Amino acid sequence: MLTKRVIPCLDVRNGRVTKGVKFKNNVDLGDPVEMAVKYSEGGADELVFYDITASAEGRPIDIGMVAAVAKAVRIPFAVGGGIRTVEDMERVILAGAEKISVNSLAVKDPAIIAAGARAFGAQCVVLGMDPVKSPRCPSGYEITTRGFREFTGMDAVEWAKRAADLGAGEIVVNSVDADGTRAGFELTVTRLVAEAVGVPVVASGGAGTPEHLVTVFREAKADAAIVAGMIHTGDYTIAEIKSVMAQRGVPTRLSF
Amino acid sequence: MTAIVDYGAGNLTSVRYAFAACGVEAAVTRDPEVIRAADRVVFPGVGAAKSAMENLRVLGLVEAVRAAAEAKPFLGICLGMQILFSHSEEDGGVETLGVLPGQVRRFPAAVGFKVPEMGWNQVRFVGLEGEREGEGPERQEGHEGREASCPSCLSSPSSRLASRATPQTEYYFVHSYYAEIGPYTAGITDYAGVEFTAFARKGRLWACQFHPEKSGRVGLDLIKEWLSC
Repeated sequence: MLTKRVIPCLDVRNGRVTKGVKFKNNVDLGDPVEMAVKYSEGGADELVFYDITASAEGRPIDIGMVAAVAKAVRIPFAVGGGIRTVEDMERVILAGAEKISVNSLAVKDPAIIAAGARAFGAQCVVLGMDPVKSPRCPSGYEITTRGFREFTGMDAVEWAKRAADLGAGEIVVNSVDADGTRAGFELTVTRLVAEAVGVPVVASGGAGTPEHLVTVFREAKADAAIVAGMIHTGDYTIAEIKSVMAQRGVPTRLSF
Repeated sequence: MTAIVDYGAGNLTSVRYAFAACGVEAAVTRDPEVIRAADRVVFPGVGAAKSAMENLRVLGLVEAVRAAAEAKPFLGICLGMQILFSHSEEDGGVETLGVLPGQVRRFPAAVGFKVPEMGWNQVRFVGLEGEREGEGPERQEGHEGREASCPSCLSSPSSRLASRATPQTEYYFVHSYYAEIGPYTAGITDYAGVEFTAFARKGRLWACQFHPEKSGRVGLDLIKEWLSC
């Protein structure tokens, strides 16, 4: 049986992993490569890196970091942030990443999804989306961009369907409302998207306890879940999270 | 020399790094002569079967790859595994290399059935009927010395692999198409009720639907075993 993936998220700023709440109050957590090795040996099923300063500063992604991670870990990883063109995607993939995550760029230019899927295969193109609760949209969730700073008027579920049709091989649903709270995933929007698309859906934002992952897998039909603060602070290890998942009957990879 | 075949079907960086982690600096090549000269050949690939076959033809690699698959230690990965079979349903149907008998099919489009299969799934290693049918290294030419020094290839084709990997051992998969179970199936995986060939073996030809280069410690174990066969 396909297991549910636990994916540590590493936000990188100036070559260091940081963590803040809603993109604020960032604190230094460590070296990206060292943390990638620690998590991959500790049972992470995949990793995701967001080069959070790349977009804000308008500079390209740190390819040296991507290559260093690719050399150091033997599990898949995705990279997001700072990607503007298919050429940018290609550099990240050639450096050794399995997947590229596009978010604000895809909202502005949806054709980038199709172009990326054509060039590298749908499995390489991840759509990241930052929905927020909003009465303005039929599903009740509106897409925001640029780190939650801009509202787009786009319905989250419609956008997910369109992105999957364009060739996104996976969709990361990062709830603005839940992000950084460690109070649990936003189950409704995750389930709405998971039921609307035929590609895997990754829940993101709000993980604080292993039970939160159990709930999002069981109730919101997520295929994978992103964890950040709860493991970065040392409150939980990935092995502890997975042990609870397995005890609660969630298909979990334990042989690492 | 271990050659990794570069035929424009996806990124080879991870494969190269995984072999380096096993102590082997493999040569990435699209030169048929290098493939002919290689002791071992790795045939990775992601993407579509039809364009992969076109690339192999344009690069003049079809015969070199087929000959290597039939005669020397050969490791097909993902799309590189799928096009070893005879036919794929991809893009309306495409004839592939035919080194292994069988069809490659698409996962069904059904509600709640996510395609691609993406993530870690268990592989159940099974017996090797193909070996018993007399397919094996003894048919090959020019490798007598290596065979003599490698009795495990002849006597216990998958027993070491099967003993190391338990039924709970997961490998990393990313694919929308799968090879049917056939005479050379040596590992079976179940995705949402569809059982398919996760691992095939025919003599020293090993073929993985999963990505050993991205399957952590157990993936490196498999690569090391292939390197010692």
